[in-house]
Amino acid sequence: MDNLYRDFILEHYRNPHNKGHLDPHDLHFADSNPTCGDEMSMTLRLDPAHAAIADVAFDGRGCAISQASASILTDGLRGQTLDQVKAMDPKELLDELGVPIGPARLKCALLAYKVLQGAVRGGEVAWPAEAEAVG
Amino acid sequence: MAVEPALGTLTPGGFSGTALRADFAVFDGPTRSGKRLAFLDAAASSPKPRVVVETMADAYSHHYANVHRGIYELSEDATARFEAARSKVARFIGAPSPREIVFVRNATEAINLVAFSWGRTNVHAGDRVVTTQMEHHANIVPWQQLTREVGATLDYVAITDDGRIDLDDLRAKLAKGPKLLAVAAVSNALGTINPLAEIVAMGHAAGALVLVDAAQAAPHMPIDVAAIGCDFLALSGHKMLGPSGIGALWGRRELLDAMPPFMTGGSMIIRVTMEGAEWNEVPYKFEAGTPAIVEAIGLGAAIDYLTNLGMEKVREHERYLFEHAWAALGEIPGVRRFGPDDPAIHAGVISFVLDGIHPHDVATIFDSEGVAVRAGHHCAQPVMLRYDIPATTRASFYVYNDLDDVEALATAVRATQMLFAG
Repeated sequence: MDNLYRDFILEHYRNPHNKGHLDPHDLHFADSNPTCGDEMSMTLRLDPAHAAIADVAFDGRGCAISQASASILTDGLRGQTLDQVKAMDPKELLDELGVPIGPARLKCALLAYKVLQGAVRGGEVAWPAEAEAVG
Repeated sequence: MAVEPALGTLTPGGFSGTALRADFAVFDGPTRSGKRLAFLDAAASSPKPRVVVETMADAYSHHYANVHRGIYELSEDATARFEAARSKVARFIGAPSPREIVFVRNATEAINLVAFSWGRTNVHAGDRVVTTQMEHHANIVPWQQLTREVGATLDYVAITDDGRIDLDDLRAKLAKGPKLLAVAAVSNALGTINPLAEIVAMGHAAGALVLVDAAQAAPHMPIDVAAIGCDFLALSGHKMLGPSGIGALWGRRELLDAMPPFMTGGSMIIRVTMEGAEWNEVPYKFEAGTPAIVEAIGLGAAIDYLTNLGMEKVREHERYLFEHAWAALGEIPGVRRFGPDDPAIHAGVISFVLDGIHPHDVATIFDSEGVAVRAGHHCAQPVMLRYDIPATTRASFYVYNDLDDVEALATAVRATQMLFAG
């Protein structure tokens, strides 16, 4: 359990990367974690061809897991095409977090993924199966 | 109880939570992390003493048949035990008659029953219903739905900075002449004990009926509907050492008599023809289908256990633990506590936040310390809105808690702060 709060998770929580709100932006989406009501929003700028992500920022308050997850996820987005983002496997994000996430916290870890998918798909998406380990 | 309590573990009234732990199988072993379990989440749902589990196993094994139907020994036996449980609930809350006790799944269903049956008969377009910003969603959403459906208005009474109902605002909302005032006896999110007798008198003076949500009060303090003076009262069995799936609605006989059924089907009728049906008398009119027979019997066993301890003593015990925990948390910098300072009006529920640390992280780290608490909005989002916070961490006490649990709570807070201070 203590493993969950490894230094790099806490470091991302204290100093999150890509935190804020891009204005102007091409894509914007906000969603919330039903377990705690925490809200997260994401703004994205696209390249001139509107095919790849040029810049990204996330905003909102939340727990260390959700904030670190958003920080890590957004770090890897610049240059990715929208198709690549849509095809992204949520397991990759969980792997990248690299800490054991209990069933009660999976939604915290995957909120950023859900918000990102909502942004690139133009509307709310269902929670990935990985987040539904606990109803 | 199970073992003779050590003198050093006694709280006021000769009460020992430490000794009572032996009555609950959940405390037999250590937690996953090898710690002594400090269970501080009774406000969500309480553990069950062995006697409740054993009574239910015995009922299923040796005394089970459908109730109010069979003309044979087993059915008569089951019916007698089921109805004895109803009488225990009635005595527990000071109801004049067991006929005024309707078995339901939980307090949520009890409130919905009133909203659907009484509400849709008596609340019309242009009418008003009053609730408070302190309520559990179970005492908000049914009234939102009712008032929306019939074109009535729902007013919310404000709460003060220290988590009490603003009585001036209550007076103002009552001055608009509502049909009903729906209010919690104890706030599940803040721990506030509301001045019910005063509130009920104000409601009645304004011509309103008063429904009391006692889900968070009935498990922890004496409840007497005659003294409170209310018209309806709802409670849940699972928060008071009883099984899940059973709760009760108490209502004044004349109100229940005049109300139409909520759900229809078997048991709740006297006679059914192809043209229609005639309703059974209360409470059976409101108990369609086979009820939660063994759960009701289990609730009866839980009530026996609590009555044996004495509800005044249960309240004194929790007040003692509250005072120690409130003080212990108050000594730690970076802890913000919610609800009234005065232990006379604060139940054994403490909502708090740690500066810069999300309640979910708090609960996860507490879990690794063997401390079980609730983190979230506690099904009371208007309360979170009132204090502009997304969530709190909530520790709640019950009969099996002791000063070791209070110490474990304070230790877990310090451990969490240290981890995050890094």
